[in-house]
Amino acid sequence: MINPPASFRWLRRVVLLVLAVFTLTPVAVMLSSSLKPLQDVQGPWRWMPSHLTLRPYVDIWKTVPLAKYFTNSLIVAGSATGLSVLIALLAGYAVSRYRFRGKKVFTITVLSTQMFPGILFLLPLFLIFVNIGNSTGIALYGSRGGLILTYLTFSLPFSIWMLAGYLDSIPRDLDEAAAVDGCGPIRTLVQIIVPAALPGIIAVAVYAFMTAWGEVLFASVMTNDQTRTLAVGLQGYATQTDVYWNQVMAASLVVSLPVVAGFLLLQRYLVAGLTAGAVK
Amino acid sequence: MRTHRISAALALTAAIVLTASACGGGDSGGSNSSPKTLTYWASNQGSSLENDKQVLEPELKKFEQQTGIKVNLEVIPWSDLLNRILAATASGQGPDVLNIGNTWSASLQATGALLPFDQATFDKIGGKDRFLESTIASAGAKGKDPAAVPLYSMAYGLYYNKKLFQAAGIANPPATWEELVEDGKKLTSGDKYGLAIEGGNVSENVHHAFTLGMQHGTGFYDASGKPTFDSPEAVAAVKQYVDFIANDKIAAPGNAEYAANQSVTDFATGKAAMLMWQSAGANLKSHGMNPDDYGVVPVPAPAGATGDKATTSMVAGINLAVFKNTKNLDGALNFVKFMTSDEEQKTLNGTYGSLPPVKAAQSDAAFSTPELQTLAGVLQKSAAPLPQVPSESQFETLVGTAVKNLLASAAAGKPITEATVKDELSKAQQQMPAS
Amino acid sequence: MPEKVIDRQAAGTGKEAAPQGAAPARRRLRDKFGRGALPYLLLLPALLAELLIHLVPMVTGIVMAFKQLTQFFIRDWSSAPWSGFDNFEVALEFNAPVGKALLHSFWVTCMFTVLSVGLSWLIGVTASIFTQDAFRGRGLLRAAFMLPYALPVFAAVITWSFMFQRDTGLINHVLHDQLHLTDDKPFWLIGDNSFWALLTVSVWKSWPFAFLTLTAGLQNIPRELYEAAALDGAGVWQQIRRITLPSLRPVNLVLVLVLFLWTFNDFNTPFVLFGKSAPQAADLISIHIYQSSFITWNFGQGSAMSVLLLLFLLLVTAVYLFATNRRREEAE
Repeated sequence: MINPPASFRWLRRVVLLVLAVFTLTPVAVMLSSSLKPLQDVQGPWRWMPSHLTLRPYVDIWKTVPLAKYFTNSLIVAGSATGLSVLIALLAGYAVSRYRFRGKKVFTITVLSTQMFPGILFLLPLFLIFVNIGNSTGIALYGSRGGLILTYLTFSLPFSIWMLAGYLDSIPRDLDEAAAVDGCGPIRTLVQIIVPAALPGIIAVAVYAFMTAWGEVLFASVMTNDQTRTLAVGLQGYATQTDVYWNQVMAASLVVSLPVVAGFLLLQRYLVAGLTAGAVK
Repeated sequence: MRTHRISAALALTAAIVLTASACGGGDSGGSNSSPKTLTYWASNQGSSLENDKQVLEPELKKFEQQTGIKVNLEVIPWSDLLNRILAATASGQGPDVLNIGNTWSASLQATGALLPFDQATFDKIGGKDRFLESTIASAGAKGKDPAAVPLYSMAYGLYYNKKLFQAAGIANPPATWEELVEDGKKLTSGDKYGLAIEGGNVSENVHHAFTLGMQHGTGFYDASGKPTFDSPEAVAAVKQYVDFIANDKIAAPGNAEYAANQSVTDFATGKAAMLMWQSAGANLKSHGMNPDDYGVVPVPAPAGATGDKATTSMVAGINLAVFKNTKNLDGALNFVKFMTSDEEQKTLNGTYGSLPPVKAAQSDAAFSTPELQTLAGVLQKSAAPLPQVPSESQFETLVGTAVKNLLASAAAGKPITEATVKDELSKAQQQMPAS
Repeated sequence: MPEKVIDRQAAGTGKEAAPQGAAPARRRLRDKFGRGALPYLLLLPALLAELLIHLVPMVTGIVMAFKQLTQFFIRDWSSAPWSGFDNFEVALEFNAPVGKALLHSFWVTCMFTVLSVGLSWLIGVTASIFTQDAFRGRGLLRAAFMLPYALPVFAAVITWSFMFQRDTGLINHVLHDQLHLTDDKPFWLIGDNSFWALLTVSVWKSWPFAFLTLTAGLQNIPRELYEAAALDGAGVWQQIRRITLPSLRPVNLVLVLVLFLWTFNDFNTPFVLFGKSAPQAADLISIHIYQSSFITWNFGQGSAMSVLLLLFLLLVTAVYLFATNRRREEAE
């Protein structure tokens, strides 16, 4: 804005403050509750713990095999993200740089899968996994592999579409120059396009990671106690006898910390990636 | 050209779909092709999944020493158990032995995924008459071979806070509903209430609705197995329960959203003087309530009632089932035999605070506390199984949700009349599948 | 036609991006290796994944909708009898309870989606405009605004459910105990208010994405435009109305559609907030269908409902794209 008047600046302060409170309240609740003894979180709300305790942070590892769930989630979300970005990059490159028969059908089909209600294909997908397992011996059901495959596909449509948009914004002169230098299409992609498209790739990667990280429904049916992910595993703090609210909050904070940190680090690229990708 | 390609794609898809659908569990019965291992799905009985593992693993070791069969244990939280069983049923890939909530027995029996316990099978695990009759009755539809055997049993009792009763000048715990409401009113003042209920919990609601229904003369299904959710008896029963908040006002309105065992917390912390719960002892102890501070009596019944009308609890508990597709049938039955042996029954039920459904194990000293004595009496004399029909899970969901909705209205101050209750129950009834 | 818009090239989305001399260069590129199988090879992994995870299960799901797939047949569902359009008839018979409940759930979902997307967009656009100019602490604030998007869904929503508890939650503590705004503590997780609770959580969770996208969109607006407008004597509000909002139109087009689809199909939020039986006022269609299939094990019925939902979403998207495309063409 040019020359915002004082009224605008005041309004800005108030609105941003309200939004910050709205956004951060749950985080404050998490933090404060995670430092409370169990009686506190089962009784009426209080901002400050009756006495500060770090017990929940010790207990979370015993009530639930949190470290194992965390590892599973990292492996699943990490692999799904890597593969999704790779596949989306290839497909986005094709869509952006080539004219070919069936392009329209492909883009429409892929995008329309965003509309599929998960409930509709949960059971069929499960049965297909089991059958693949029975006929080929590749265990998809109950394994991390099955979940990785599922999640990478969940984020694929939006990723392809966003990367295609981002690649469109990269001047084709670059490709041309590479071609003159004798680069084949794959080398062009790897050496020229990927570095130029890095913000877009990171934006897509963050999106893919968050999609895989938080999914509950498919994870609850497709995992067992060895492969259970955090999204499902955190429910373990609500047991037959009690809901350990303080531990839920502590565990949530602990597992969110690395993700939030990574997210904030990459935030810069995220905006840049979206700027050229989705919004052009 | 173009259409040709599309039809080719369709044909390919169709082919994949067909391979996908030519699957299912199939009808392959059990075999003994992998006699050295078993997979066992346990339900969450202890204070956490890890706690369950600590309890069960030493026992499984014992079994391995006796038989040489290694048992792979997976403890599954209740929130996932039914979905996992469903997935196992649909795919034929499941555990060999598994725990099921006993109210699911008939529903799961109808899928044909569980091994029926006929006479010969029962003989292999030591006979049917070792088990309490009411617990066997809750292991499958009437007239069919049970789909499972009882493992842990529980029953509802009325827990009351002795000190609060004394302070209110009440000498004896209530034996009839009139007494309960009257006592409840005396015990209600300020933010203290006479009774705590778990109103947001669909299962709890349906269990109480069922017990009250029996007392009014309905089991929510008629003799031919048709649902009768909105019969005058059912309406009266549900209204009586909802009235604890709506008219009697002996339960706090906030109870209507309780779904995380807050009612147990309220009782343990003296915020409510009475609680109807199944085997709450271990739970109360974890909240720091001394066993001497509370008493347990059967849930009230109408004065002078006999037979079904004197029902004071549903038969609660966990059953142990064998998956029909097991690759180790003998081992699985061996394991069932082990888990239902007198010795294991004493150990496991003792640890979990439940009652052994095996008669011979009940005499053990671990079960002679006043609480468990009372509950054992209820289980023997006045407990009835929930309807053992294939549509039980629908019944539980629909009626339980109806009660939850009514409690929510009551708590919001809306009037609860017979008409509103009937209306809600009729809606539940009409959503039942026609067949 | 909808295809026209989705295909970025046809919609002209790629046009501005490509520099002037790109056309002949591209033609040469295509001549060199475009005619062969290469593009198909590049698409192959994506196609395979989509086929395996999305398309085949979807077709299977549609097949299921025509079967009487209840608990009696789940074990070997190829043996389930065909039921023709029975499942659809039951779902669409709006005078009977099942259809009525589905219709109710559908309206709740529509209301919820419109409000959630609208509010998320509104908050997102406000926040992005207000953070457009640099000021002290802006980076920190932006980071804070991103938090809901970065927190795992389960952790965030379970915290909200903790806050919404009637007797012991923070919301009522503030509203009733501290501000005395209500006579009695309202319920948030049951009864009619549950709709507003769900809406709050949903907006909290999705507005950061709108914020992020719109912030990105704002960076594409050249500063000269504002300067020129300021020279013409336009105040801040006029700058926003005349420059910012029109420039954001292409972003909004995509953003609103994406938010709409995500919100409409959202399962995680209501499921974690309310558990398996959502209160009637917040009975979103995804939970409703889950109940109709997974709790009662009537998968034929649940699939039929899902297919109807899918048809509706396809229709809405097509109409939306058609309408926005047409409007843009008229504007040009």
